[in-house]
Amino acid sequence: MKLKIVVVLTMLFMGVWAMASAQESLETIAAPDSIQAAPLPEPAKELSAKDAPDDHGHAIDVTWAKSPDDGERLKNVIGYIVYRAANPDGPFEARSGLLLGTTSYTDAGALNEGENDFMPDYQDYYYRVRAMTQDSTVFADSDIFGPVQSYGQWYDKGKTAVLLLVAGFLFLTIFFISKARGGAELYVRRLAGIEAVDEAIGRATEMGKPILYVLGLGTAADIATIASYTILGRVAKKVAEYQTGLIVPCYDPIVMTVAQETVRTAYLDAGRPDAFNQDMVYFVTNQQFAYVAGVNGVMLRERPATNLYMGKFYAESLILAETGVVAGSIQISGTDEISQIPFFVVACDYTLIGEELYAASAYLGKEPLLLGSLKAQDYAKAGVIILAVIGFISLMLGYHDFVDFFHVTG
Amino acid sequence: MKRQLPLMLVFVFGFAMIIQYFIPHQASEWVNAFFMDWMMIIGVFALALGIWSLTKVSWDKVKYKKSNWQYAIVTLAGLFLMIFFGFDYFRHFSTPVGSNNYMYVKFYQHIVIPIQSTMFSLLAFFIASAAYRAFRARSLLATLLLIAALVIMLRFNPLLGPLQPIMEDFSVWLLNVPNLAAKRAIVIGVGLGMVATALKVILGIERAYLGKD
Repeated sequence: MKLKIVVVLTMLFMGVWAMASAQESLETIAAPDSIQAAPLPEPAKELSAKDAPDDHGHAIDVTWAKSPDDGERLKNVIGYIVYRAANPDGPFEARSGLLLGTTSYTDAGALNEGENDFMPDYQDYYYRVRAMTQDSTVFADSDIFGPVQSYGQWYDKGKTAVLLLVAGFLFLTIFFISKARGGAELYVRRLAGIEAVDEAIGRATEMGKPILYVLGLGTAADIATIASYTILGRVAKKVAEYQTGLIVPCYDPIVMTVAQETVRTAYLDAGRPDAFNQDMVYFVTNQQFAYVAGVNGVMLRERPATNLYMGKFYAESLILAETGVVAGSIQISGTDEISQIPFFVVACDYTLIGEELYAASAYLGKEPLLLGSLKAQDYAKAGVIILAVIGFISLMLGYHDFVDFFHVTG
Repeated sequence: MKRQLPLMLVFVFGFAMIIQYFIPHQASEWVNAFFMDWMMIIGVFALALGIWSLTKVSWDKVKYKKSNWQYAIVTLAGLFLMIFFGFDYFRHFSTPVGSNNYMYVKFYQHIVIPIQSTMFSLLAFFIASAAYRAFRARSLLATLLLIAALVIMLRFNPLLGPLQPIMEDFSVWLLNVPNLAAKRAIVIGVGLGMVATALKVILGIERAYLGKD
């Protein structure tokens, strides 16, 4: 009997001991020191959301103030996650990853229905920001902010400076055009490269060799190509008058079509429509170096007396111009590609630098309308210099608003 | 009317695109994308004209046995072979078509790319010959150019010993101060020139692109 009582007591003792041990281990597992020591952080404050400004819609800017435990006090907040819901009761879905070192986020969705993550405009959205700690289970949610809607704007305030400058320039252009029409003498400085064109065409005529005109690698929409058409028209007219040959290999089929029309009209103006041959303006290829190979082949076979490179050029500029040197041609170039200007300067006899290419049409024509716009350009440049000096002085004095006004966004 | 209609279209669409630049709304972006699509469609039609032009010029060379007419045969063969490979599904339905066609890819990778690389590599030799001409000290300006070029080229040369850091600092100054100032001046001029030319086109002052200066 005694033995039974001892066994039962021993088992009870062992049972209690085992339960106590198990309880202790459960507590250890459920609440290790690290978690017990991780207090909840304070949530982010002053949550605010509004439609993203000056955009196409479908985006909302969310801002908040840092949690007091972010970098101070408990120092346990490592970042924030932005959540969004269509109702204040949820469900909320994460719209951002873990945002480090920032207190703003632009929640942008897709523009079109049917796309992934489409975010319709004019719909109520509610936001919440979660302050995260190292432990992903320990965090604090901010108050909910909403409703807020996204919508597109009809004017981009970030481009006001551009609008004012374009309007000012348009006014200057119209003013000087009307002045030129009124008979005012407008001085245009000498452009050696353009004055050399006549001489170069004369040389080609004397030598009985053709003139090669390269419009570059630009498309018909490039301003440099448009300026080049004007020069091509003048050159073609002279060529027609002198009955010299003209070769215009083109890189772009649209450029070729426009160039054909330009040359045809120039021959018509010169009273030599019969001399015009559509094949003098032809398409080569729209592969950059294949085009170079084609044009270089023409230079070395035909040995043109004069090569004119006017338009947009890239890495092929020097290959073309150096081959022209080998062929012994007079070379005149003009481009607005700043990195190619040095190559043309060293390899060509005359070079139109940057804006001189655009000025060439006014210089050649001497028409009041074109000269007026050229004069407006000069005054605009003076205006830019004055603005640059004012900006420099205002920055030196610590006023940033003036310079910031010209910062174009969007 | 033949001249007035294009001018009117340029004016209307030119100003429409200027206004579009200042409107960020989705509708405005749609209009922009719509016109860009037009450009692509026009480009496709123009490409057909381009191919016709190249074919005609090359064929005439062969037909009339003009000088170096043999090259024209290579041009025509290359042009039509690549087009044929692109439309190869007429004969082999299982072969990928277009730019994925086996022969198209092989021709492009093993003929077109090596030839283009060869052309590009010529640039290295042309830079040397152009530099030789440019850096001859014939005048004060040319001499300054020569000195500046020498400084820039020698800045990474370890053989200069203690002079190398000085050369590097000087070259950085040359690039960041006088060179950048000149570049910016040209860029501002180009920017204004572009705006002026664009306005001239939109206002119908510049008409050379219509075939009349």
